[in-house]
Amino acid sequence: MRQEIKSIGIDIGTSTTQLVFSRLVIENVAGSYTVPRVSIVDKEVIYRSKIYFTPLRSSSEIDADKIKEIVRSEYQAAGMKPEDLSTGAVIITGETARKKNANEVLEALSDMAGDFVVATAGPDLESVLAARGAGADAISEENRTTVANLDIGGGTTNIAVYEKGALKGTCCLDIGGRLIKVENGKISYIFHKTADLAAAHGIRIAVGDPADPDRLMEICRIMADELATALRLAPADEEHRSLYTNDGKMLREDIGVRAVTYSGGVADCIYQEDESDLFRYGDIGVLLGKAVRENQTIAGLVRYQAKETIRATVVGAGTHSTDVSGSTIRYDKSKLPLKNVPVLKISEDDETDFDTFSQAIATQLPLFYTEGRMEQVAIAFSGKGWTGFQQIQKLASAIIKGAREVIESGYPLIVVAECDIGKALGNALNIQLDFKKPVICIDGIRAAGGDYIDIGEPLAGGTVVPVVNKTLVFNS
Amino acid sequence: MESKDLRTVIEEVLKEMNLNPGAEGAGSAADSVSSAVKEAVGASRGDACQLVIPNKGVSLEPSVVEDGELPDITKIDLRTQYLVENPVNREAYAEQKAAAPCRLGIGKAGARYKTLPQLEFRAAHSAAQDAVFNDVDEEFIKSQGLFIVQTECDSKDTYLTRPDLGRKLSPEAVETIKEKCKKNPTVQIYVADGLSSAAVAANIPDLLPAIMQGLQSYHIETGTPFFVKYGRVAVEDEISELVGADVVCTLIGERPGLITATSMSAYIAYKATVGMPEARRTVVSNIHSAGTNPAEAGAHIAEIIKIMLEKKASGTDLKL
Repeated sequence: MRQEIKSIGIDIGTSTTQLVFSRLVIENVAGSYTVPRVSIVDKEVIYRSKIYFTPLRSSSEIDADKIKEIVRSEYQAAGMKPEDLSTGAVIITGETARKKNANEVLEALSDMAGDFVVATAGPDLESVLAARGAGADAISEENRTTVANLDIGGGTTNIAVYEKGALKGTCCLDIGGRLIKVENGKISYIFHKTADLAAAHGIRIAVGDPADPDRLMEICRIMADELATALRLAPADEEHRSLYTNDGKMLREDIGVRAVTYSGGVADCIYQEDESDLFRYGDIGVLLGKAVRENQTIAGLVRYQAKETIRATVVGAGTHSTDVSGSTIRYDKSKLPLKNVPVLKISEDDETDFDTFSQAIATQLPLFYTEGRMEQVAIAFSGKGWTGFQQIQKLASAIIKGAREVIESGYPLIVVAECDIGKALGNALNIQLDFKKPVICIDGIRAAGGDYIDIGEPLAGGTVVPVVNKTLVFNS
Repeated sequence: MESKDLRTVIEEVLKEMNLNPGAEGAGSAADSVSSAVKEAVGASRGDACQLVIPNKGVSLEPSVVEDGELPDITKIDLRTQYLVENPVNREAYAEQKAAAPCRLGIGKAGARYKTLPQLEFRAAHSAAQDAVFNDVDEEFIKSQGLFIVQTECDSKDTYLTRPDLGRKLSPEAVETIKEKCKKNPTVQIYVADGLSSAAVAANIPDLLPAIMQGLQSYHIETGTPFFVKYGRVAVEDEISELVGADVVCTLIGERPGLITATSMSAYIAYKATVGMPEARRTVVSNIHSAGTNPAEAGAHIAEIIKIMLEKKASGTDLKL
């Protein structure tokens, strides 16, 4: 039972837009005489697009038409059709995600790139996808160490830390290569936070000033110091805290980073020393790369070569955004695929007792109303400790009791467990509901409150469903 | 070494020395050897209560009988037990151990096991033996709503030494099944002790109802479940013919190992007949708390049965 599926990743970043097509191989890795265990066993990028500058209509609007054109021409170049693809992700990242028409762009693309393509944004997810595309997770696992991937792009630096293959934290700072732009030997643009940062260190620059490499290098050194601070290698001051995107949080103080990888557009300027033309990209990217490379604090860490640099995020989006559910699940096929389902999470405390379990569902449901109306929602919990048959029956009753509103609505009952109880629980729900309600009950998926998930059409002969978890918040 | 073997060895040695302990005129040398044998055998049997004082002048304290409890060594988690002294990288070894319950990193005393791992090994071996040699508690079987029938084996000894008899129902069993079971069910499920009674007690309360509920959720009709004492897998063929089931499924205790004694398998066959090739059975194994969760395995087995009924095939004929 080996199946190949194709996936698309589109990354619309602050400075560049890229697209990749990947091949994911799913296979049952369990022996013939046991319950199946279907996993993604291989991921391979089969087509890489050209790297485009992100087309903008104005400084605050993305040019959706031009993006569509880019995507259409790359589909043609790759010989792909939307119907060839089973999954994928479009992500609008970095500063671009803050542009006012981001949603419009996502909608335009989702229509064109097929049903399955999901729209995501958010710095935490971006950090994770970049790190996985760069291979930081695999490097940390193989070398039994703690690796931080710094995805230094045009507008932001996304950091994700992996310890022995497991994600330990993410953060995102407004530090990037295109926060100061240079045209014809003059500074043509300065991001306001960057101007503030420079001013706090007594460096005054303004648009129209000549691009003095020494002065700009000084600013880049400050940025590199801030990155070292973000990795918890130096104590943080108030100025540092203001650098986080969307008032985001810092990494945990005891994160214990021992090695780094670099991705994003600036990464190549870190790994390769080429200072022939400092402003060849019309920005401070080359200088920032040099500053990071020469930073003495960061030099104390082991530096690994990333698997992907400038394409890390898009490769991550194309190959690492899709997961597969557990292999023993129960679902009503006619209700799949499901898109953009918000997650109602039962906390571990509420899970300890069936009454609080029901209450937690009932009290949280109104939070998912839109304009006073019930919306589709997935009920997620761990299920740890409730794996016996009788307990599963009680769990089913508790879900039915708490989710009465969902059951009376026109939406299917969607249940997502972490523990391997999906099929037994799905059976119990079907029987207790007398088959009058479509039930989707999957397991092997960890989702958090505030996440959105997509559940795709069944794969591997109906054994598993692909799941895309879109907002990952690990910093809390 | 078994006490019997020890005696044989020493007797062999004595024979070679041309000293027969029983023979007349063997002399005092033979007497002293034979008393040494007696002592050694007695000590290794564990029934020698009197102390053997090795040297004159050494006084031994009388033993104190304590009224406490020994910690249960079978409760030690093999995945976290690490007994190597002064390891180069304890953390790395611990991570490897966490992946599987193997007896790795348990240290050594010279060329031998340390005392604790040696005792644990023997405890695991005893648990395995208990699982094979003990019977499933009849009250437990009744509490699961099952009646009991027996194969042609009349004891555990017969069961272990005569596999052929474990594949055949006793005449009384045939009568009971005819009398109590629903005729021509779509699916006939029954439980057998197989080689682990412990597996039956550990898994059936979750596994059996999960299969029943799964089949109910697919609207598949089931026969009357029961328990077969001294049952081997292939007795399912006779049962299938007897009740006239489309699919027969036996839940049977697996031969225990030193990691778990409670692993269970399901052997499922479509239109099973006596003497059919073994390849016609579909098996789901490794059902236990640390393997496949029994309730989830039950739900999975129900689906396999559903597919089997749709495709009218089982074993190697059925591609799942």
